Amino acid sequence: METQVLAGFGALLGKELREAWRTGRLPVTLVIFFILGALSPLAAYYTPELLKNAAGSSGIQVIGLTPTLKDAIGQYVKNVGGNGFLIAILLAMGSIAREKERGTAAFTLTKPVSRLAFLAAKLVGLLVTLGLGMLCATAVAYAYTVYFFGVTPAGRFAVMALLVWLALVAFMALTFLASALTRSTVVAASLGFAAWLALALLSIWPQMAPNTPNGLFDAAQAVALSQTPTHLGQSVIVTSALIVATLIVTQVVFARQELTGSAT
Amino acid sequence: MPNAIHCAGLTKRYGAVTALDDLRLDVPAGAVFGLLGPNGAGKTTLLRLLTGLAHPTAGDATVVGYDIATGGVGLRQRISVLEQQPNYYGWMRGRELLEFTGRLFGLRGAELRKRVDETLATTGLTEAAQRTIGGYSGGMRQRLGLAQALINRPQVLFLDEPASSLDPAGRHDILRRIAELRGQATVFMSTHILADVERICDHVAILNHGKLVVAATVAELQERYARPTYEIELEPRQDEGADALEALLRAAPWAEGVTRAGDTLRVGARDIRAASYALAPLCAQAGVAVARLERGRPSLEDIFLRLVGEPTAQVDPEEVA
Repeated sequence: METQVLAGFGALLGKELREAWRTGRLPVTLVIFFILGALSPLAAYYTPELLKNAAGSSGIQVIGLTPTLKDAIGQYVKNVGGNGFLIAILLAMGSIAREKERGTAAFTLTKPVSRLAFLAAKLVGLLVTLGLGMLCATAVAYAYTVYFFGVTPAGRFAVMALLVWLALVAFMALTFLASALTRSTVVAASLGFAAWLALALLSIWPQMAPNTPNGLFDAAQAVALSQTPTHLGQSVIVTSALIVATLIVTQVVFARQELTGSAT
Repeated sequence: MPNAIHCAGLTKRYGAVTALDDLRLDVPAGAVFGLLGPNGAGKTTLLRLLTGLAHPTAGDATVVGYDIATGGVGLRQRISVLEQQPNYYGWMRGRELLEFTGRLFGLRGAELRKRVDETLATTGLTEAAQRTIGGYSGGMRQRLGLAQALINRPQVLFLDEPASSLDPAGRHDILRRIAELRGQATVFMSTHILADVERICDHVAILNHGKLVVAATVAELQERYARPTYEIELEPRQDEGADALEALLRAAPWAEGVTRAGDTLRVGARDIRAASYALAPLCAQAGVAVARLERGRPSLEDIFLRLVGEPTAQVDPEEVA
């Protein structure tokens, strides 16, 4: 039985998941992540060979280009983490703003549902979509990595994927907040991208990198390669705190917001 | 009769603009209540406050006994809202939207299916139930809006300009369905279409510039503001004569609120005795052939124009609620 605080959560979550599937958001996300995951070990394995072939025809000798597990892991983090942020922003940008813009938020929120349930259902829907995408990318990347580079510890590979997912959730949460602040998906996406850019610039400074979600990428790579990651705990704590704080602000902002019908 | 809605000094300001100013209003339970006012009068603001989508700057209000500021889920369980231009999830089928809405109200299983079937039948959407909402016409969307608003059998149904965007047939249809709710629920309908209110409402409030101008039953309003009105229908093709008669009527000291639609002129009389003596001679003076001359009841439009539509009209504050 749902409490008043989360009244309507079950029905709203069901709607979010059906919407993700029926509007093509979930299938498209799965396909993109599948491609990103599959490309990672393939690129690591075939890039040196392609370079050698290209260099050979021009008479230049290429040495020391032997594909390794480290390359495959590096490619995974670069592809899935480095491009995944954009998917996270695209998924979250319209989640609230689009409903406010179209008036469907006003329609839903005049029913016996709490605003917290409305936000929670959207967030869980986004986490499920992103999570399934990551699962898809990770499964195909792991399969190809084992095929090309031999046995790789599955547990460490999974932890690496979880850390990358956590970093992407941080960018998603920031865009989710932006989506709550505005009625425009474009503005929400711009704010999400600006937040990502600010954190990326901050992470260039070595002392600050562990205090940003980008710091998780290095740690993830180290975990997968059975190395000892520096600042792993710090990056996890800071990123988790950023996510929780962002979601709390989102709820506070949205709870006070006045809603109107469709923009006419 | 207990009140379904009670507003006590309800005020809403947006910066320097006062959208609703110290509104004191009671809506009896079971009434079909028409909220009238020109554009920008504060009608939609009042609906948004009463349904919890906006928060009052001052004052308070109750709906079916629940405070609008704290009523939350309990209040929204007992009300329903139909927006002016309802916009639903275009990817859903009509039936799916009603099932989704029913689930939000806690309906499940056989009871949910029964309510969905009932509301689809009531709103004439049974055949279109499996089509996606994105392909619905404006009229079908409005009927779907009414269907989703009826699924919880609300005690109070809020309607924001429910028929303003519909063609005449669609308007007639939706108004008939709203009128059928009389006695089953309190209907609180905002509109600027006076004919709609006259057709189905039994109580009326008029807002202007965020202030309540008057609130009464339609019959009381007509009684209170009964101003003798004469209708003069001319034989066709007398444009010059009609112009002359209109000018003469506007100049007459006993006349007010002269309007003209085609071959018919309407004129209000401040002094009924003077009017009854003067009308026939004025027609003769204008040289027009009269097909019909009759004294009528003031329409809601006459009353509305008198109260808010005529800048020079002076309303006695004691007359006003």
